[in-house]
Amino acid sequence: MLEIRNLHASVEGNEILKGIDLTIQAGEVHAIMGPNGSGKSTLARVLAGQDAYEVTGGQVLYEGKDLLDMDPEERAREGVFMAFQYPVEIPGVGNTYFLKAALNAVRKHRGLPEMDALEFLKMVRGKMKLVQMEESLLNRPVNEGFSGGEKKRNEIFHMAVLEPSLCILDETDSGLDIDALRVVSDGVNALRSQNRSFLVITHYQRLLNYIVPDRVHVLVDGRIVRSGGKELAFELEEKGYSWLEVAREPAAQPVGA
Amino acid sequence: MPATEIQEQAVVGVDRYLAEFERFRRERAGEPAGLQALRRAAIERFADLGFPTLRQEEWRLTNVAPIVQGTFHWPQGDPGAVAPGLIAPHVFDAAARLVFVDGRFSPRLSSVGELPAGTIVASLAEILARSPGLVEPWLARSAKFDRHPFVALNTAFLSDGAFLYIPRGAVTGPIQLLFLSAGEAGRATLSFPRNLFVADESSQTTIVETYAGEGAYFTSPVTELFAGPGAVIDHYKVQRESLAAFHMATFQVQGERACVPSSHSISIGGALVRNDVNAVLDGEGIDCILNGLYFGDGRQVVDNHMRVEHAKPHCASHELYKGVLDGKSRAVFNGLIHVHKGAQKTDAKQSNRNLLLSRDAIANSNPQLEIYADDVKCTHGSTVGQLDEDAVFYLRSRGIGAEAARSLLTYAFASDIVERIKVVPVRRDLEEFLFARLPMGEVVRQAV
Repeated sequence: MLEIRNLHASVEGNEILKGIDLTIQAGEVHAIMGPNGSGKSTLARVLAGQDAYEVTGGQVLYEGKDLLDMDPEERAREGVFMAFQYPVEIPGVGNTYFLKAALNAVRKHRGLPEMDALEFLKMVRGKMKLVQMEESLLNRPVNEGFSGGEKKRNEIFHMAVLEPSLCILDETDSGLDIDALRVVSDGVNALRSQNRSFLVITHYQRLLNYIVPDRVHVLVDGRIVRSGGKELAFELEEKGYSWLEVAREPAAQPVGA
Repeated sequence: MPATEIQEQAVVGVDRYLAEFERFRRERAGEPAGLQALRRAAIERFADLGFPTLRQEEWRLTNVAPIVQGTFHWPQGDPGAVAPGLIAPHVFDAAARLVFVDGRFSPRLSSVGELPAGTIVASLAEILARSPGLVEPWLARSAKFDRHPFVALNTAFLSDGAFLYIPRGAVTGPIQLLFLSAGEAGRATLSFPRNLFVADESSQTTIVETYAGEGAYFTSPVTELFAGPGAVIDHYKVQRESLAAFHMATFQVQGERACVPSSHSISIGGALVRNDVNAVLDGEGIDCILNGLYFGDGRQVVDNHMRVEHAKPHCASHELYKGVLDGKSRAVFNGLIHVHKGAQKTDAKQSNRNLLLSRDAIANSNPQLEIYADDVKCTHGSTVGQLDEDAVFYLRSRGIGAEAARSLLTYAFASDIVERIKVVPVRRDLEEFLFARLPMGEVVRQAV
């Protein structure tokens, strides 16, 4: 599904990713954990195609195709989805209408007919239940005036509607209380399938109690310093990140600091 | 351009208009003495003022040299002989419609349906010829020409336009006034449409003024609205002139106690455009709304000058003007709120927002407050900015193409003004314009 080889990326001349190697098979859930500033979100945004980040080396293959060569919209149409850490408020653009345009762009790319309004609404109602979204949020402008939890739910709702193959969750758990976290996680779990892979980026082990990963990777200072099964997350929770960090790199901080 | 050069051209231009006035005046020797005196006062004032130059504060960002240097002709042909294709895109099903071609009324193209008893929807030229006493108490009573050269010119040369009278308590459907400029045989025409709207106590009406045309021409309309006590007037001005046209307009609102005047100004066309909107709130409890949307592209220049005078206590004025500027277009917004001494409990809000779609587009925004009362709530603000790149990326990350994402955000920027347009055909036309104008407009149409 996804193969990252020796990926280097920088922002405004500062190298953030210093050689990432990661392979995700179809149907797998991989978690990336790491302290603040380790490059977790940079990795997510590079994969989604945000142009503030410059790829300075390496390669990313998505279903065998060169992902880095694609525009962000092309990636989305090919089935890559990123749930934003900070979903953007877009006044004046209605949530449903926007989503319909997005879905039809994706469907067109896949050679499927456009969905008419009635079909779309029926489908959307079903997906809303997944994340317990209130119908009123459908008719509002995208994310405008949404609470933190509503925004994150809206991201998972978008994901459910667009049915991507590779889902990147960029700190979807941040700012959520335990109830909201459960709702969002249930939504994600309902979307797990053998054809769909997840890259779950988080600072805290807590999320991984709900979205149980197949693999956990620890990112420190732009490199994956350790990979393991789901038990690695517990180990990190207990010991903090510092035991994995190279002593001379003070930038990283332990969990909970 | 050196200042001296402008000055010299201005003299040439002014002289031409003064000479033209002499001929014009002789042809109208039979007019009522009051009207003749008005014209004379106006042309004398124009002779003193001359055309505006960049050295005048009110005009320092808008160079009218192309108008001063231009050669324009009075229309000669039959005003009914305009190509139907020029009219069709602009008309809608209105309670009454008056059509003017190059400033002259065309009865053949106009139609007036059933209206409440006592309502007058007529050509100003006809009223001036038949019963000038009807308009005399109002004409040129609020649109002052002493400081505005184009209002002075319009007043000196006024000959036709719309006269609307809505009697006390009457409620009418939308009235459309369509001003077309067509040019004649390659000659640029000149017109000074003059409109006078009188809405009596507790009346209610909707008026749509549409300006459109083909080729090069110069038109300088003045519209006066007198809103009586409690009158509710929705006024729309849709400026869709040809891209070679010069349009210098003034809309003057004079409001009495508890009236509710709202003005919606849509400015899309024209090479060089100035819209002056002045509202005098001269009674307690007036609720005045002034909305505007302007679009610029290529080398278009659009200048909106607003002046709201709070003369009495307990009035509200809410202004929201938004502009979208592409290419090398330029916009000027100058908004003044003047609160007179004693106009306590004034609630005045003014906001101007500009979206620049290109590096070469320019917006100048200058909101001003002059407050001489001490118990008021006045706010103003202005912004000039680009599309939010985070929002563009967000949309793209969901599969919307880059161009469509930009267009969608541009549409969204304009949408709150669009949504405030209550006359459905006017709103639809504007939406259609936007879908056609914005790249990937079809995606926008689906997504809004």
